[in-house]
Amino acid sequence: MSDTTLPPPPAPARRWTTARIAGHGFMGFWILLAGVIGWAIFGDWDSGFLVQYAPRYLNGLTTTLQLVGLAMLFGALLSLPITWARLSSNRLVGALAFGWVYFFRGTPLLAQTFLVYYGAGTFRAEFEALGLWPFFRDAFFCAVFTFSLNTSAYQAEILAGSIRNVARGQREAAAALGLSRYVTMRKIVLPQAFIVSLRPYGNEIILMIKGSAIASIVTVFDLMGETRRIFSRTFDFEAYFWAAVLYLVMVELIRRLWDRIERHLTQHLVRRTDNEA
Amino acid sequence: MGELWSLLSYGPDGWGDEILAGTFVTVSLALATLPIGLVLGFLLALAKNSPEPSLRAAANIYTTVFRGLPELLTLFLVYFGGQMLLQAILAALGLPPVEVNSFVAGMIALSLVFSSYSSEVFLSAFKGITSGQYEGAGALGLSRAQTMRLVILPQLVRLALPGLSNLWLILMKETSLVSVIGLADVLRETGVAARVTREAFFFFAVACSIYLVLSIISSVGIGRLEAWARRGDFSR
Repeated sequence: MSDTTLPPPPAPARRWTTARIAGHGFMGFWILLAGVIGWAIFGDWDSGFLVQYAPRYLNGLTTTLQLVGLAMLFGALLSLPITWARLSSNRLVGALAFGWVYFFRGTPLLAQTFLVYYGAGTFRAEFEALGLWPFFRDAFFCAVFTFSLNTSAYQAEILAGSIRNVARGQREAAAALGLSRYVTMRKIVLPQAFIVSLRPYGNEIILMIKGSAIASIVTVFDLMGETRRIFSRTFDFEAYFWAAVLYLVMVELIRRLWDRIERHLTQHLVRRTDNEA
Repeated sequence: MGELWSLLSYGPDGWGDEILAGTFVTVSLALATLPIGLVLGFLLALAKNSPEPSLRAAANIYTTVFRGLPELLTLFLVYFGGQMLLQAILAALGLPPVEVNSFVAGMIALSLVFSSYSSEVFLSAFKGITSGQYEGAGALGLSRAQTMRLVILPQLVRLALPGLSNLWLILMKETSLVSVIGLADVLRETGVAARVTREAFFFFAVACSIYLVLSIISSVGIGRLEAWARRGDFSR
C-alpha cells in the first residue's frame, strides 16, 4: 500500500438544466440592463450633470433625512400614550386607540398628506386665531406632522404587539417577587419587548424613508422633489438614476446597521455550539 | 353640513358619480396587479429556493432593488423610462410614437413591488413545509409538477395567506400613488372636486373613508378566505 492517495475524482460536469439556463438568462438580463444604463449615462459622459446638480441632490438628501428623523422621533413619542391606550383595560380608551391605529394604517399616506396639507386651508380662520397657520401653510411642517401621526400608529402597533408577546409568566414571577408594576414594566417587560420589536422598528424606518418620497408631491424638495425638479429641467433620465442609487444606498445601510445592532443586542439569546466558541 | 353632503350627490351637480368611477378604477388597478404580482412572486420564490446560484443571485438582485426603491420612484422609472424606451424602439422601427397609459405603467410598477415582497412571503411559506412532504410525494410516485400542484401548493396557500393578505391591503393603498401620473382614481377625482369646490378637507376625508371601507371589505373577504384555507385543520 503506497502513501500516495489518489486525486479526488473530478466534480461531475454541471449539466445545463432548465434552472441553470433560466438563471443565466435572468442574470444576463441584469447585466444587459446595467450595460444599457451605463452606456446611456457614461457613453456620452457629461461630468457637467453631476457637477451642476450634486449640491441639489445633497440638499434633497438632507431634507429627506430631516423629514424622516423628525417624523420617527415625534412618532415614537406619540406612540407611547397610544400604546398605553391600546393595552388599557378601559373599553373606550382601547377603542379610541384602535380607531387611531386603524385609520392611519388603513388609508394611504398620500391621502393623509393631502388631507392635512390641502385640508388645513378649510380651517384657516381657526388656525390663524390659534397662531398655527404659519405651521400648516408650510409643506415641510405638514409633511412632518402627517408622517409623525402615520408612523405613531405603526409604532404603537409594533410596541403593543411586542409587549403582549412577553410571556405572562414573566409578569407573574415579577409580581411574586413583590416588584411594583412600574419596576416590572421597566426592568422586565420593556427590555424583552424592545428586542422583539427591534426588527419591525428597522422595517418601519425603511418604510418611512421610502414613504417620505410622497412629500415631494406636496412641493417639499426632498430627495425625490429635487429629482423631479432636475428632471423637469433637463429631461435627462440620469436624474432618476442617481435618486434610485441614493435611496438604495440609504435603505441598504439601514438594513445592515440594523442587522449589526440586532446581532449585538441578542448575543445572549444565541446558543453557542462547542466548535464555535 | 347638509350642503357638504349634497356635493356628493350623483349626477351633473354632485361629485358622487366621479368619485364612484374613481373607486372603480382604484379597485380594478389593484385587482389587475394582484395576479401578476402573485405569479411573479411565486416564480421568484422558486428561483430563490433553487440550487442554481446564478438564479438565486438574480432573484435576490430583483428583491433588493424593488424593495429598496420608494414605490413612487419605481412608478416614475417605469412611466418615464418606459415611455423613453418605447419611443426609442418605435422610432427605430419607423413607427409613430405611442403614449404610455398610466394604468398600465401603474400596473407594471406595482407588480414589480408586489412581487418582490410576495416572493419573501412565499419563501418563508416554503420553509414551513417539511421535507417529509416531498419525500412522501416521491414515495407515492408523483412527478415534480404533481408534487408541487397536489401536495405543496395547497399547504403553501394556507401558510402564505396571512402575509399575502397584508400585501393586498398595502397594494390597495399604493394604487393612490398612480394618481400622481394622471390616473383618474379615487384620490385624483376627490382632488379635482376639492380644487373646484374649495372643500379640500371634506373631499380628502371622503377619499380616506373610501380607502377605509375598501380595506374593511377586504378584511372580511380575507377572513373568509383564511377560514376556507384552514378547512382541513383539526379543531382543537
